[in-house]
Amino acid sequence: MRQFDELSLPELVNKVEDGSLIGIPADYSGVPMKFTKELIKRGVKNLKLYCLPLTTIQGDMLIGSGCVSEIEAAAVTLGEFGLAPRFSEAVESGEILIKDSTCPALHAQLQATEKSVPFMPLRGVIGSDIQKYRNDWQVIENPMKSSGNKNEPILLLPAVQLDVLIFHAPCVDKNGNIQIGRRRELATLVHASKKVFVTTEQILDIDFFDDELSAATCLSALYVDGISVVENGAWPCALPGVYGPDNDEIKKYSIAAKTQKGFDDYMKSYLSN
Amino acid sequence: MIELKREELLISQLADLLVNDKHIAVGAASPIPGAASLLVKEEAKLLNNRIRVTILHSNKYNNFTDGARELFDCAAQGRIDTFFLGGVQIDGAANINLVGTGSYEKIQKRFPGSFGSALMYFVVPQIILFREEHSPRTLVDKVDFISAPGFSDENIYRPGGPKFLLTNRALFKFDKQKKCFCLLKIHNNESVENIIKLTGFKFDVDDKITNMSIPDKTRIDILRNKISYMVSEFYPEFADRIWGV
Repeated sequence: MRQFDELSLPELVNKVEDGSLIGIPADYSGVPMKFTKELIKRGVKNLKLYCLPLTTIQGDMLIGSGCVSEIEAAAVTLGEFGLAPRFSEAVESGEILIKDSTCPALHAQLQATEKSVPFMPLRGVIGSDIQKYRNDWQVIENPMKSSGNKNEPILLLPAVQLDVLIFHAPCVDKNGNIQIGRRRELATLVHASKKVFVTTEQILDIDFFDDELSAATCLSALYVDGISVVENGAWPCALPGVYGPDNDEIKKYSIAAKTQKGFDDYMKSYLSN
Repeated sequence: MIELKREELLISQLADLLVNDKHIAVGAASPIPGAASLLVKEEAKLLNNRIRVTILHSNKYNNFTDGARELFDCAAQGRIDTFFLGGVQIDGAANINLVGTGSYEKIQKRFPGSFGSALMYFVVPQIILFREEHSPRTLVDKVDFISAPGFSDENIYRPGGPKFLLTNRALFKFDKQKKCFCLLKIHNNESVENIIKLTGFKFDVDDKITNMSIPDKTRIDILRNKISYMVSEFYPEFADRIWGV
């Protein structure tokens, strides 16, 4: 029996329910753009985006298309191409709720779930307005006598479990093991998600576990609920080690999305291609 | 005399602050700090010294293999000597705001967000604040939102914090005891009077204030002939605009 489920892209898109807390990979860890395009076409609603730790065009497009009610992130930006315009406007108008965070906190909340403990401590952050506005975070005095400093206040962050995660990977082996290379934050996201789906450029007729090098850079199929082959699946974002970003396209988007009208025109042509 | 771009002058100012480091890390949206870090690394090689540089948005110039959290773990362990932070607003107490302007719950102008600043500012010994625009709207009396505070109470774990602030007009040092900035260097087209006028907070002026130092020909050659191509790997738009590579 084949050791994994191969899905069509429409089947995969249908696995995401309205209102889901969905894991969003950063622009350097394999953004599933073709999946996102199909998800927007399907008209998904009220997604809660959990970004590890930031999002670029993927988050901005989902927000501009009215698919998002809430976002937890350390940043939403188009990088060299400036602010994420649909995100900024949606926050300014109060259309979406932003839970402002900071990168290490977004990692730590998922690491708590990886270990199945209820919270994770983190240094720093105390005295910032990020902490001030996060009612779900707590500060306690360090209870340990033998580690850390006496009387030291320390921040506690709740464990966060994601409903679903989708990312795009360079390749998958014949048993459904996923190559993630050095993008180990994908493993953190995966371990903290109830359901995990992967789009990939190709399925190879080899076993990553036959070789120590490839075994060390892959994610075991045991965590994965379905795989879909989608060529050029991260475009216009980069797929590290395979292809770079299409900067002309991202620039074109950054200019068009400055207004809702420009965004709508851009999306009309993007979704129909 | 070699005609120098403004960005090249700023890269050189930052490079001067990095010469004693062992490991420099560079975060998001930071082409000038990235170029400065790679520049001092190349200069150190010529002197038979070793400086490690981690550019987060680069695949090639990146020492991390354990995912995006490794930067924060590595910094918390004290293994990063210098990191750079910016801000929509920076105030006289070195508080930084990367979130937006106006009151937080009814924000007027939203910017990307705080990134990793709320930890990095606490744990990296030398934080260099870098904001090109030097105006009363960027350098303010009090920030609208504190992404990360400039200093903390005694009982808070805080081996790190602000050391310098560089803008396209001036270099300040942060005085941890007095909790205020002190003006060290100004651009050669600038006057102290004009800096006072363009700065929204009060600051001290160093007795030995000088102009920004002009990089020598050797440094400019390394920057243009070598670093420019390295930068184009991770900031292609910037490298193209400044050096046409």
